Amino acid sequence: MRFLLIPIFLMALTLNSAAIGVDKKRLKDPVLEARAQQIMTQLRCLVCQNQSIVESDAGLAVDLRAIVREQVLAGQTDSQIIDFMTSRYGDWVLLKPPFKAATALLWLGPIFLLLIGGFFVFRYVRQKPVASTVEPLSPEEEKRLKHILRDNK
Amino acid sequence: MLFKRFLPLFIFAGIFVAFVVGLSLNPREIPSALINKAAPEFSLPPLQGDGIGLASTDLSNPDHIIIVNFFASWCGPCRIEHPALEALGQMEGVKLFGIAYKDKPAHSLSFLKSLGNPYAKIGTDLKGRSAIDWGVTGTPETFILKDGVIRYQHIGPIHDVQMAEILAIVTELQQEGQ
Repeated sequence: MRFLLIPIFLMALTLNSAAIGVDKKRLKDPVLEARAQQIMTQLRCLVCQNQSIVESDAGLAVDLRAIVREQVLAGQTDSQIIDFMTSRYGDWVLLKPPFKAATALLWLGPIFLLLIGGFFVFRYVRQKPVASTVEPLSPEEEKRLKHILRDNK
Repeated sequence: MLFKRFLPLFIFAGIFVAFVVGLSLNPREIPSALINKAAPEFSLPPLQGDGIGLASTDLSNPDHIIIVNFFASWCGPCRIEHPALEALGQMEGVKLFGIAYKDKPAHSLSFLKSLGNPYAKIGTDLKGRSAIDWGVTGTPETFILKDGVIRYQHIGPIHDVQMAEILAIVTELQQEGQ
């Protein structure tokens, strides 16, 4: 077990990397700060595309984090802050796309495909085994078979 | 029976088409949320000793098509599109305004001094907060407005291709009201 200690220790070090280490100005109230960070994880860093603004040190991400903190401090609700962002940057700013007509295929597509696949699997499993069309061996063939098997011994 | 034999081919063709279409789309093209909406409220200070700044009231000029361009001296593509902006600034019935994005006024000034100033008015957005109200993600970005309403947004420098598109949109907007 001791040989595991070093890997575990090293892995524990990497846990920190997800936390925000770059902002000096955080909210003093830890509850508000936690809420602000929770909102930030939902917002896309628009210049890095596949990171949230929490994970990015891009200039725009820093600005957007500051705005989220300001608005949390000003008593805005989560949905008001999200609306502020989507009214400027569209749904693209949300890492989790909302469910609407344009995104229905995105959300329902996998379920749809699963149903289609499930249908074929179901049909395959329920298929009646093909009736055996092989004729039983004639007495002569039986004899030959026995002969061959004996020879091989 | 014939259909069943060709079914894999049909499925392949379907997937092929989906991939060709899907992969030729540009994921960097961010659809603007501000099209057909009024420009955001703002009032920006001028570059030092240069005019009177830029405010949202400047944008609702009924006689002109307004083009707003976000630029910065530190932005390379902004140099590339500079000749295009000069051409737009000289067009009849068009007013070109500039917003200096996160740029020291002294730097913006020397940038415009060396390349020429195509803008009728310039505002300075030192902290980039106004740019966020415009849904701007970086420089250069260009907006075309009519009667204070944003009608078109272009992200990135204006090359010949986009210039043709922008000219077409300006002409279309000019004819719209007549």
